[in-house]
Amino acid sequence: MCTSFKVDLFNAVHAFNATGVPAHTAATADTFKAALYVTTATVDSTTTAYSSTNEVTGTNYTAGGVTVTFGTAPSSTSTTAFITPSASIVYTNVTLATAFNAVLIYNSTQSNKAVSVHTFGSQTITAGTFTLTMPTNDSTNALLRLA
Amino acid sequence: MALINTIHGEMDVSLLEKREGSLDNENETTTWVEYWLDGELVHRSVDMALKRSVIGTPVAASLA
Repeated sequence: MCTSFKVDLFNAVHAFNATGVPAHTAATADTFKAALYVTTATVDSTTTAYSSTNEVTGTNYTAGGVTVTFGTAPSSTSTTAFITPSASIVYTNVTLATAFNAVLIYNSTQSNKAVSVHTFGSQTITAGTFTLTMPTNDSTNALLRLA
Repeated sequence: MALINTIHGEMDVSLLEKREGSLDNENETTTWVEYWLDGELVHRSVDMALKRSVIGTPVAASLA
């Protein structure tokens, strides 16, 4: 498979099916968001879209989560295409008393369609900040890779 | 005087007991800091670096 095609997948360049194809005629990137889920939630690779079911709730947390910044265009090295948010995902001054262990990144512009789920050890936050620091944006560490 | 946000509003950290911890495994590197007041947790923040990427493997079949 052509590596350029993998990069194109990140950029929604190709449309194999005319039905339900999102319109990307404007040179505007979609908005992506990151929502947190409690430990009892079932969010995984079968998740198709954002849902508020079992999403965390708490002081200063807005349903749907926070915006994810993709300030760097998708790229490739060797045969791997990759992209990583260009800034940490930060939930500032929140109280999340119910333990959570997953974050869903989704496309809020395109009907909240799911992008990826990342799980971690369960956490709570008390009048504090939860910061998800992103890995190095390269072919072996990037958050999203097509190898 | 260093202030930190707590469930009781901003407080001077010198009045609080600070507890810190960390976790490093194949999935994440995480550090957290807690502040306690008279046995009550009043602040907890977490910094987490995810290590595990989400990897897709597109495959083009051979035309044999």
